[in-house]
Amino acid sequence: MESSILTLLIFVPVAGAVLMLFFAMLYGKENAHYYKWIAAITTGIQLVLAGILYLNFDPALSITESPFTVQLNWITHFNIQYFLGVDGLSIPMVLLTALLSFICIISSWKIEKQALGYFSLFLLLDAGMMGVFLSMDFFLFYIFWEVMLLPMYFLIGIWGGPQRMYAAIKFFLYTLFGSVFMLLALLALYYYSDPHTFSLITLIQTVGSIDATLWGLSVKYLIWMALFIGFAIKVPIVPFHTWLPLAHVEAPTAVSVILAGVLLKMGTYGFLRISYPLLPGEMVNFAYILAVLGVINIIWGATNAIAQIDLKKMVAYSSVSHMGYVLLGIAAAISDSPAGAQAGMNGALMQMFNHGTITAMLFLLVGMLYDRTHHRWIVFPNDYEKPELAGQQGFGGLGAKVPVYTGFVAFAFFAGLGLPALSGFISEAMCFIGGFSVFRTLTIIATLGILLNAIYFLRAYQRIFLGPLNETYKDLPDITHRELFTIIPLAALILFFGVYPAPLLDMISPAMDGIIKIVQSVI
Amino acid sequence: MSNLSSLSFYIPELIIIIAILLVIVLDVIPVCKKYTFPLSLGAILLASVFLWQSYGESHGLFMGMISIDPFSHFFKMIFLLSTFSIILISRYEKQLDSNYSAEYNALLLIVLLGMFLMSSSINLIMIYLSIELVSIPSYILAGMLKNDKESNEASLKYVIFGSFASGLMLFGLSILYGITGSTDIGVVTAALQAIEYPLSIYFPLILILVGFGYKISMVPFHFWTPDVYEGAPTPITAFLSVAPKAAGFAILIRVFYTMFTLEGSVSATLPLTNINWPTLIAVASAVTMTLGNLLAVQQEDVKRLLAYSTISHVGFMLMAFAIISPDAVRAIMLYLFIYLFMNLSAFYMAIFASNKLNAHHINDWDGLSRKNPVLCAFMALTLISLTGLPPTAGFVGKFYIFAELFKHQQFYWLAVVAILNSVVSLYYYFKIIKSMYLVDVEGEVNKIEAHPVVNWSIILFSAQNILFFIYWEPLIGFIEKSINLWSG
Repeated sequence: MESSILTLLIFVPVAGAVLMLFFAMLYGKENAHYYKWIAAITTGIQLVLAGILYLNFDPALSITESPFTVQLNWITHFNIQYFLGVDGLSIPMVLLTALLSFICIISSWKIEKQALGYFSLFLLLDAGMMGVFLSMDFFLFYIFWEVMLLPMYFLIGIWGGPQRMYAAIKFFLYTLFGSVFMLLALLALYYYSDPHTFSLITLIQTVGSIDATLWGLSVKYLIWMALFIGFAIKVPIVPFHTWLPLAHVEAPTAVSVILAGVLLKMGTYGFLRISYPLLPGEMVNFAYILAVLGVINIIWGATNAIAQIDLKKMVAYSSVSHMGYVLLGIAAAISDSPAGAQAGMNGALMQMFNHGTITAMLFLLVGMLYDRTHHRWIVFPNDYEKPELAGQQGFGGLGAKVPVYTGFVAFAFFAGLGLPALSGFISEAMCFIGGFSVFRTLTIIATLGILLNAIYFLRAYQRIFLGPLNETYKDLPDITHRELFTIIPLAALILFFGVYPAPLLDMISPAMDGIIKIVQSVI
Repeated sequence: MSNLSSLSFYIPELIIIIAILLVIVLDVIPVCKKYTFPLSLGAILLASVFLWQSYGESHGLFMGMISIDPFSHFFKMIFLLSTFSIILISRYEKQLDSNYSAEYNALLLIVLLGMFLMSSSINLIMIYLSIELVSIPSYILAGMLKNDKESNEASLKYVIFGSFASGLMLFGLSILYGITGSTDIGVVTAALQAIEYPLSIYFPLILILVGFGYKISMVPFHFWTPDVYEGAPTPITAFLSVAPKAAGFAILIRVFYTMFTLEGSVSATLPLTNINWPTLIAVASAVTMTLGNLLAVQQEDVKRLLAYSTISHVGFMLMAFAIISPDAVRAIMLYLFIYLFMNLSAFYMAIFASNKLNAHHINDWDGLSRKNPVLCAFMALTLISLTGLPPTAGFVGKFYIFAELFKHQQFYWLAVVAILNSVVSLYYYFKIIKSMYLVDVEGEVNKIEAHPVVNWSIILFSAQNILFFIYWEPLIGFIEKSINLWSG
């Protein structure tokens, strides 16, 4: 049982998708009801499996010792293995993926357009994400990384907003551009290391001895850069971020949740899983640039968010800003004070998890508003299609009309701006502590981000929920039970880890210590 | 081996020759006309049975004109498979006039025979003759739609380009004969080893490359490709994009590995002293894939788009050809094998679309996924595979080719060019997917069914993309056994 649980986590959703196809053949494609339930049940099973994994997970065990690890030969000719494992670095991501997938299926309950396609693609996406976080073989990792793009393309392209086709192909081209460089890095790692292997665990030992040069640069540096491009586009680090606001705005709610909640984390997960342990020397040299990029992300994302009048776009830019904290935190791994390095790295991983829950909640709430009012304008743009509305406030005074909804939005906004006692605060503070121990000036600049975050969240809150009620929305219904069901688990997690982060911290810190040790060993 | 005793090793070719003659004879007898179709298919099946029986044997036939070896067997399998499929599918193509079905089948069989010879010629004269035997019927096949202006244009362009290229190649071959005094490539190799002055080898080498490059549509000898592919009847386009290209690669590999390397065999690792043709090929490969891709981006006609995309695939295969090593040959063969299936299924889908919807322009494919969801799903799979994304066999093919560059630590710049090209190719392949899936169509849509033969051809050829991704080890093992060249 223990060794098959990781395989099941990946392939239960695939089985669900296949089951849907059978249903479609037997009963015709029209019955959206079947597909919803199949999707909900499969992601439910996956969530239960993830729960079992969590309960039996021992953070002290490394991947080679863990009872969950599966290692089988797939293509012996290339020494490719079906190698799955879980450690402190991947378990929060696995739990997050399982939770968000389930929640997203529930929140997509009203999808009627081509339900078969939507839910089966969603399950494939789920499987791909799970695979990325569980693969310990670089080839397998790469496969899942790419497999995930296909359903995402269709989900944005078919069920998205007016500019969906452009957004979908832009997302695909950007991320493919990044991942093809990863393919080159993968091959270089395979052929330069001795023995030739794709196993990320073995590579940690063998990569160190590569001392070849190419075009006047060391091969290891080139590999680092290739991996960096691949991961940076995913994070996204600022010059590569332009796919993100577009994709988020056009994607349907549940897909935005997955994009922001899970996909962005893959970039930083890739740094921690592959770049850091394999190329610690290059990482140390690059750490300062990484921190600078992190600070740029924080400030750039936040200032852009301030400028947005589309609520969803604002939340999308807030993600850019929040991922900046993660970059600052992981750059602090080079800190000469052990406490600083630990705070930075643990804070970064916690921020990845916490941002996943917070941003998911934000996108779900935005989606609920959109479902009811069919627009998301905080302020209507000047060239709006109805000239009498141009420049007017989009909402206003909803607070009195939909109090429960407003309460949750306030909760999510405060979590987003890093209010103490909510989970975002803890992880952001830890990233700053870590960052401050190495990059003083940068961190001081970065703390401005907190202020900027507060500006746009509070201003948006004020414009939408306070003031006199906009008469257009005098019949606005409040949150439904189904919607509550999707929001409450996230809110509970945000509150719980805000007050008592120890369970999360205990789970991840041994793995992060391991990475810090590798990095510190080359300084 | 003497001519008479060679015949017993030549049974598959003899079967094809008999079938060609029979088809021509049956065509003039009105009662028997309808038997030409099953006869052609039957002959191909019979030939493949005999070919399979002798698989792996290695002989020199007809006094050193032809060699039978595992390498040629592999390619012959590809030729038989694609010709069989094309003859089968052509019957369900509306454009083609069934009155000419016998001629059409006979011509295809002649091309098949020519390709058989191409993959196993080991004599300069045989090389030239076999290429012509493939080319001349192809010119006619491209112009098969007698009343269609574009088809006539295609045929004429093909003739002019083709004869020019083969003229240059013949010139190159004759120079080789002049400086070495023999037409047997084994003897030529030995003589070339002794020549120190590089220009005297470069000159014929480049002229020969013109002829071969034209067959595989390598830039800058690709100009005929888009026009011919667009004008020719679609099954012929599908055929030309796969089989003669595979034959071109077969002869390219055989000639270059035996004539222009130090070792003079498929296990070669170094080019002739002083001659740096791998760099020449690497540059040609980069230009071929880049140009093919950039031109494909602008295309709005599905057939033309696929035509340019085949040019870029050739560029990819040439990338491995720039690495002289048996592994590189294996990578090319794997890619060709996978490419055969994915390209045929893509073109069959184009046949389906033009037959049932009269759709040629990409916009005509709008909302096709609602008209035939099953075929569109498989077409999407094929396009993903052509792009080279996992989880498809196209990715495996590309992966092996990239792996060759890294394994031999050569031409990294080419790897970067190629990787950027595969991003570009995503854009235009997904234009078709966008039309099929993303574009909304107003109102009721009627389901459109393909003829079962077309339907199952697309599905089978496309399904291999998943199959050979999940487990490709047996395939690679099979190819591994097939890279032996006969050496006298």
